[in-house]
Amino acid sequence: MAVFVVSSTVALISTVLVITRRNPVHALLYLILSLLAVAVLFYSIGAPLAAAFELIVYAGAIMVLFVFVVMLLNPGALAAGSPRRRPLFWLVPVLLGLVLLGELVYVFTRLPPRPLASGVVPPQQVGLALFGPYLLGVELASFLLLAGLIGAYHIGRRKPT
Amino acid sequence: MSPIPLEYGLGLAAALFALGLVGALVRRSVLFILLSIEIMLNAAALAFIFAGARWGQPDGQVMFLFILTVAAAEVCVGLALLLQLYQRFKSLDADQAGRMKG
Repeated sequence: MAVFVVSSTVALISTVLVITRRNPVHALLYLILSLLAVAVLFYSIGAPLAAAFELIVYAGAIMVLFVFVVMLLNPGALAAGSPRRRPLFWLVPVLLGLVLLGELVYVFTRLPPRPLASGVVPPQQVGLALFGPYLLGVELASFLLLAGLIGAYHIGRRKPT
Repeated sequence: MSPIPLEYGLGLAAALFALGLVGALVRRSVLFILLSIEIMLNAAALAFIFAGARWGQPDGQVMFLFILTVAAAEVCVGLALLLQLYQRFKSLDADQAGRMKG
């Protein structure tokens, strides 16, 4: 329960900071922090596969895509703030990240070595469900990804016709 | 560790979704609108995971994977649109996109 309260608080605070930042890079980093907190939450309620995918795909792939696009754009037009460097903008994310790290250390040292939730759904069950009753959904997801790929290629061409 | 009540998890998901909705409504930059859409998709996935963990079934995580797919495809197309918008108008203001003809 303490894990739930702490990580949901971190997620809420960093999400509020995401939608109030002016600098898009800061907002992206806060969103990554929020996704980390949500991944901790997934792990603590017994969904380890979802936690791993949250980290790898959301925080790893989708956010890196956002960072690429922000770097492709002209950063001077994006950052409407002052050009003077504020030396303390890193303090809040470091504090929130330390809270998550402390939570991790607490889980690994204080709690007895057993799963946090009573009903952990292992990745084997998820895989069996994914390729058993949800096989049609997997095929549709592959269609969707192909459509997204072609659409992004078509839209993102350098010379519009 | 007592199990977490389902109401708390759904409340957290609703709060995150509301934050994403507010962000999508009040920000004018297309980049922040896309970020807010990500927040909303993530909140929906959180609700699915909590509901799946409540009954101990893998269906919640399967739905999470589908939401992940939707988010990836949406970000892909959305960011391509954003780049085109920036090349045409040299700005990320969503109101500027209303001037796009054809």
